[in-house]
Amino acid sequence: MNAVDINSRDDLRELYRELILDHAKSPRHFGKLAGATHTAEGINPLCGDKLRLYLRLDDEDKIDAASFEGSGCAISVAAASVMTDTIIGLNVSVALEYFRAVTRRLTDPGQDHGDNLDLGKIMAFDGVHEFPSRIKCATLAWHALNCAIHNQTKPASTE
Amino acid sequence: MSHPQPNDSTAVAIENCRSDFPALQQEINGQPLVFLDSAASAQQPTAVIDAVAEYQRHDHANVHRGVHTLSHRATDAYEGARDKIQAFIHAASRREIVLTSGTTESINLVAQSYCRPRLGPGDKILISHLEHHSNIVPWQLVCEQTGAELVVTPMDDVGQLDLEAFKQLLSTEVRIVSIGHVSNALGTINPIKDIVAQAHALDIPVLIDGAQSVPHLPIDVQDLGCDFYAFSAHKMFGPTGVGVLYGRESLLEEMPPYQGGGDMILEVSFEGTTYNDLPYKFEAGTPNISGVVGMGAAIDYLQSIGVSHIAKYEHDLLEYLTQQLASVDGIRLIGTAADKASVQSFLLDDIHPHDLGTILDHQGIAIRTGHHCAMPVMDYFGISGTARASLALYNNVDDVDRLVAGLDKAKQIFA
Repeated sequence: MNAVDINSRDDLRELYRELILDHAKSPRHFGKLAGATHTAEGINPLCGDKLRLYLRLDDEDKIDAASFEGSGCAISVAAASVMTDTIIGLNVSVALEYFRAVTRRLTDPGQDHGDNLDLGKIMAFDGVHEFPSRIKCATLAWHALNCAIHNQTKPASTE
Repeated sequence: MSHPQPNDSTAVAIENCRSDFPALQQEINGQPLVFLDSAASAQQPTAVIDAVAEYQRHDHANVHRGVHTLSHRATDAYEGARDKIQAFIHAASRREIVLTSGTTESINLVAQSYCRPRLGPGDKILISHLEHHSNIVPWQLVCEQTGAELVVTPMDDVGQLDLEAFKQLLSTEVRIVSIGHVSNALGTINPIKDIVAQAHALDIPVLIDGAQSVPHLPIDVQDLGCDFYAFSAHKMFGPTGVGVLYGRESLLEEMPPYQGGGDMILEVSFEGTTYNDLPYKFEAGTPNISGVVGMGAAIDYLQSIGVSHIAKYEHDLLEYLTQQLASVDGIRLIGTAADKASVQSFLLDDIHPHDLGTILDHQGIAIRTGHHCAMPVMDYFGISGTARASLALYNNVDDVDRLVAGLDKAKQIFA
């Protein structure tokens, strides 16, 4: 096996990290959410990823529950799973800061984005920027979050 | 195991033709490119690329207009390609060859120009469950415009049309039947002659969407008996943005123009316009001249090898592909009709097709993933999409073996 082949496999491992594969196979917070106050659909027409995000906000705009349902590729399902894990317990304004940091981080990786935020598991998606056709998969759930918070009824699309 | 061997001169000629395609001589992600996405768009041989470039370098001017030398050359090249197309599909007259921007425009032309003036509430258009969106949506539009109803012939679990149901659905209310020759998502070859015979028994005209058939099967529109046949250059090794509508002359004569503009007129005044003869009545505006020249070169190329030889070679290679895929643990083949061309759709374990596509691309293997613009077919199988490997004359056994090895890597990653 030549060096190029090893490199290309490493790139793939960067994309499909253990954490991503784990969340893709066993998505957290999967299913409908009883008492949801906000919801939005996300559609990625290129590959048919389709998810619905549910949020339950309390009186002080804190996200006290979140879930999603739908189907998609490993990247999009894992992103939705990690996102719901991340945002539960956050005020919506902080959740939106995460949305902006994640989308900038994936599309413009040279810069420091979200330094003031605890990105944690979200950093597992850093390998996605090497795969331009997959960035939309990783950001779909986050776009749905943005729509849900702003009560947009049109499905979030990455197009 | 059926292993296509280059055991005769035809097979050798086809095996050697790979070197005619410059795009196939490159590495992708450090691996020689394996291109298994020709059903989306095929690569072009040097003969086509050079014909287009030569035309642009030496012969370009507008067609049917000037008296100068270049305009003559351009017109000769353009009309020469029309003659090649007529011979290629065995049309009775060059007047029956309308040059369009592709299969999609060809179908829209028939929907708007043939159907729209004669449709009303109570009329029906009969298509099938197997169709590409471009053989669904143009009919939905004309149904909205006229109040006609779209009726769909069902399919079965292997991806074949239910011909008994088709017979039942044919009625005197049906104004046109429009069916794909070869399914782009599943590869099913539909029994066109049978379909045409049944429709014609009730005097119903038939349009065949030939986008997926022309590079794989010899086409004789008179033998098929269809009234319209639509296809694209870019699926048959020609340029994008060019296609053909074959139409039976008597039907084309009856139809009003599809678009108005230059070249489709004999005389224009503010009181009224006299339309040009066939086929120019349907070719408004300056056409894609260089693309049509490229299409002519693609036909020359196909005929230098022989489409019936290509069909035989691809048939054997598709059989090998299907067998090899079937031997992969965890594979689910989608579309297993008895009579197929060029295409095999599949799913592997619970790996999403988009992930498969990325992993294969990383090994230099190009396949199509998704719904293939045939969402009703995906709905039938209860899936959001498939991975699809599609073959052309430049593919070989090694390509299939690379694909199967590539799927093993995907299984390792998702293990």
